Amino acid sequence: MSAAEPLLRVEDLRVEFHTEDGVVHAVDGITYQVLPGKTLGIVGESGSGKTVASMTVLGLTRHQGAEVSGRILFEGRDLVTMGEEQLRGIRGNEIAMIFQDPLSSLHPLYKVGKQLTEAIRVHRDVSKAQARARAIELLGLVGIPDPADRVDQYPHEFSGGMRQRAMIAMALANDPKLLIADEPTTALDVTVQAQILELMERLQRELGMAIVIITHDLGVVAEMADDIAVMYAGRIVETAPASEVFAAPEHPYTWGLLRSIPRLERDREEPLVPIPGSPPSLLAPPTGCHFHPRCAYAQPSHSRVDPALELVPGASNHFVACLLEPQLRRGLWSPLSAGATPDEAKQEAGFADETAESSAVR
Amino acid sequence: MSASPGQPPPGGHPSGATPPQGLVGAPAVAAPWQPGVTVAGGGDPLVRAEGLVKHFPITSGILIQRKVGALRAVDGVDLEVRRGETLGIVGETGCGKSTTARLITRLLDVTAGRVIFDGEDITAVKGRHLKALRREIGMIFQDPYSSLNPRKTVGSIIAEPFAIHGLLKGEGERKRAVQELLETVGLNPEHYNRYPHEFSGGQRQRIGVARALALKPRLLVADEPVSALDVSIQAQVLNLLRELQREFGLTLIFIAHDLSVVRHMCDRVAVMYLGRIVETGPSDAVYAFPRHPYTGALLSSVPIADPSRHGERRRLLSGDVPSPANPPSACRFHTRCPKAQQLCSEQDPPIEDKGTGTLAACHLPLDERDLVELGLRDGA
Repeated sequence: MSAAEPLLRVEDLRVEFHTEDGVVHAVDGITYQVLPGKTLGIVGESGSGKTVASMTVLGLTRHQGAEVSGRILFEGRDLVTMGEEQLRGIRGNEIAMIFQDPLSSLHPLYKVGKQLTEAIRVHRDVSKAQARARAIELLGLVGIPDPADRVDQYPHEFSGGMRQRAMIAMALANDPKLLIADEPTTALDVTVQAQILELMERLQRELGMAIVIITHDLGVVAEMADDIAVMYAGRIVETAPASEVFAAPEHPYTWGLLRSIPRLERDREEPLVPIPGSPPSLLAPPTGCHFHPRCAYAQPSHSRVDPALELVPGASNHFVACLLEPQLRRGLWSPLSAGATPDEAKQEAGFADETAESSAVR
Repeated sequence: MSASPGQPPPGGHPSGATPPQGLVGAPAVAAPWQPGVTVAGGGDPLVRAEGLVKHFPITSGILIQRKVGALRAVDGVDLEVRRGETLGIVGETGCGKSTTARLITRLLDVTAGRVIFDGEDITAVKGRHLKALRREIGMIFQDPYSSLNPRKTVGSIIAEPFAIHGLLKGEGERKRAVQELLETVGLNPEHYNRYPHEFSGGQRQRIGVARALALKPRLLVADEPVSALDVSIQAQVLNLLRELQREFGLTLIFIAHDLSVVRHMCDRVAVMYLGRIVETGPSDAVYAFPRHPYTGALLSSVPIADPSRHGERRRLLSGDVPSPANPPSACRFHTRCPKAQQLCSEQDPPIEDKGTGTLAACHLPLDERDLVELGLRDGA
């Protein structure tokens, strides 16, 4: 994929939960990597497995009865097989995580400073006074005014944006090499979201950490990510440098996401093209290509064949898991990107529905 | 601080022919709204709100609750919704957009101000009249999971408005009406006997829409109707609302925090900040040339789904929204406004025509140069 040694490499990761109703295939064989100092954006809807995949990296699904297979290599060490004790030395230290809802991730009964010093002292052998000084420094770093006073306040005395800043401060406490941010701005207002995104970018520049940002918002990944992985129903369906995902997306699900959301930079009158149906249950995901029941271009054979994540012809870093011919995909996206409906695009691309014989041949 | 003083008596049945009360007996409101300036103006409004104020008391004490202050959720809002149009109300958490909608729909009682629906003052209608009014206004809520009773079938949820208003008493009649509604919102009429948990989020929101449409309301109020839905589903509900509006000539108040969604859906927009409307006008004008610095900041904060424009960073707002319990004096935005001068903390700016198609409440409205700085215009 790339010459630089990846900081994190996830290989064929599978996470299953055994429930009363059956086996939930939350993560169904995903592979990705994160380079040092770079940002990977994982895009997907609720239930696409993006959060479970990231929690598994930190070993946080172990106690939920998850069955994990595959490899998670962090600087060459496999986190899947690593013992709990050793993993605890990495979690919150070399790899840190921030969550969507800062109010429920901060303990309401402890002062913010106390929670920060605890995060520091778990991993560092420093005195309380030193840890407190570091806590104040961290609060200043994330742009909280009057950090020396704020350190003695409780979470409820912080506004939503400041709580998320405090969470980021806590995540940064031990200079992590990798920060996993799970929907870090979803609970925030748009002006505060812009502040937090800018803060994360500044901190990345200053501290050189890699970031995995998990979100459903294409705008957020466009602003933050160097590379993007699009997840659907437990699988990565497309991964590429961010600019390519937006300029030349290959997967019909990615097309759907790009065309179904109103955007300020597009024509106001341009009709939205919804993705029909709704995301599948991971208890019984569709056979073959998981997206085929909602795909406008699906053929009968797509329900039988599992698409592999393959290199897009002519690209160096763009992978897609789609059963359509590459030529045809390009022929479809060009009218779609110009505002055509899926039916119009099919006509323009000379899309012929599979006949019984040709599907049998495949 | 309950009913407003000097309020004329309610004008009887909403469908009655009582003439509009006019501004003669205008209530003596505390808020500095100007009777002369009606936000929007012109046309034939279905709904008009004048000087709407809603203060929620802040109490202290356990046994004896003393009122120690007021949360000024809505603090002097004038607006008009014309027949057949979609008015968007946009703003951040706590700006009063939902409270405004609840005042207009009479789900909350005003502290001061008036609501005129179809020429009728409905600010204080009660009992039978209020119930009749409810038939005219449908409401769609944000969370399709908590706004549908899990113990009732979809059929009985949608038929409940009929039951409440004693309409379509025959069982077959009612079932037919419900199935027709299910079809209208794109659901299978055969699913009449299913329960909400058997539907996905998008389908549940369609059920909410069907219920809101059951009594053929003239006004539909949608409060964040898609923000709880998955991104791939949102377009389904947005398209449905647009189609229904065209088909039935509905008047729609659309409340959302997502500026892109509001632009897509609405003919006109009102931007709220701390209980006031700071800018309003046709969507195209507001989005093309925002004049209020807050509108500009909101637009500039929206992430752009185009990595080639990555790094074109713009001027960001600092700080958080102040508490509505203790809003800043004069212009409420002056504490965060990059353009603020001394005047802004001394004099409340009236909302007025700024010559580019929008009304804005600002002493120092944005100009072209500001828009370049905000990243909303090319710097060429």
